[in-house]
Amino acid sequence: MTDNNTILQTFRNGLWDDNPGLVQLLGLCPLLAITTTFVNGLGLGIATLFVVTCSNVLVSATRAWIRSEIRIPMYVLIIASLVTCIELIFKAYMPALDRTLGIFIPLIVTNCAIVARAEVFASRNPIGASMLDGLAMGTGFAALLCAIGAFRELIGRGSIMANLDMFFGGEPLSGLVIVDGGFLLAVLPPGAFFSLALAVAGKNHLDRRRKNAAKQGDRIHVR
Amino acid sequence: MMNGNDREPAANVWAGGLILAVLAAICTALVAFTYRITAPRIAANEQAYLEQSLAPLLEGIPYTNSLSESTLVIPPPHELPGKGPAIVYRVYADDKPVAALFVVTAEDGFSGPIKLLIGIDTSMSITSVRILEHRETPGLGDLIESSKSDWLTQLDNTSLEAPPRDSWSIKRDGGVFDQLTGASITPRAIIKAVKRTLLYFEENRDSVFETEPPSQNGPSA
Repeated sequence: MTDNNTILQTFRNGLWDDNPGLVQLLGLCPLLAITTTFVNGLGLGIATLFVVTCSNVLVSATRAWIRSEIRIPMYVLIIASLVTCIELIFKAYMPALDRTLGIFIPLIVTNCAIVARAEVFASRNPIGASMLDGLAMGTGFAALLCAIGAFRELIGRGSIMANLDMFFGGEPLSGLVIVDGGFLLAVLPPGAFFSLALAVAGKNHLDRRRKNAAKQGDRIHVR
Repeated sequence: MMNGNDREPAANVWAGGLILAVLAAICTALVAFTYRITAPRIAANEQAYLEQSLAPLLEGIPYTNSLSESTLVIPPPHELPGKGPAIVYRVYADDKPVAALFVVTAEDGFSGPIKLLIGIDTSMSITSVRILEHRETPGLGDLIESSKSDWLTQLDNTSLEAPPRDSWSIKRDGGVFDQLTGASITPRAIIKAVKRTLLYFEENRDSVFETEPPSQNGPSA
């Protein structure tokens, strides 16, 4: 097993096979609530990616002292501190985005996808592997947030990637406006559930089709 | 691990406590360090956002003074909304008071306090209202932001006479103001805070403008 293969497999797991949002169905509260636009999804995705990577590193670094009876308070302590730090950083460098994401930045603390990675992976693996796992899982979660955010923004508002200036500063950007206004339901809470359902169903469909194709391929080969 | 617990519970508790204490110290240091680095930028951002927010409240009102130099801080207890100190930016045209901008806090928002900026001219009518800080639900309560919906504009040019002060509440509570779909707690908190500010200004108009900045004592209510 070469190193490159492990890295690829880890990212494959995070982005597709074991995606925290699509497969493990963890961290759904922020996922459903915040993905009204692409830029919101990207913002929360990056924040979550940062927190899960750092928390995996810290949990892995302290894993020699982790005792089973105090492991949950330890995870909470580490994750809560990291989230507070990132909230301060957002307030300092991306104030507009911070105003939009509001309460959902501090609420990253309660994202069970992060505690799950600490418990399942980081507390049992060396620092390097844990960091990689955090990066992969965080990227998978962020990618899903962006995808659902872009989808809901497109259907609900008829634009793509509006307000990217929240990230980079400068003049307000309206993004790519395709139609003015849209199907409002997509940006309301029910739209979040529909979008997630479509994403999960789409993933399962693709997986099944690939599996069937592989099976048929085998049969032909045997004959 | 369970065996260890049974044998030496006391030692385990102490060791666990010690580990948690050390970790807490490290984490606190991390947060304190980040806070020290970001604090000046955060303060500057808030100041810039405030100045940017003040401008639209004074549209069409000519004034001659510098707003940041005419700041009046009213320490609690006061009759304005909010537990903390309230800020008033006093607006003069050639030394004659023309308007006052209040920064007050509606404590009863849906997810915590909502910081409001309320402009009132000396004829006692609202020039405009803006939201400075809130934690309301994205997509529902955050429609109070003037960049997201025009809900707040219904407050423009209102006063305690129009609509009459008994009707100063949202429609669900028998008043005249529209609520937001899916969110009535947020609008209710804002309307209440604006009404209280108007009442305060009505009572204390002269003392607000007479107190010299920087003031240590708020006007007696």
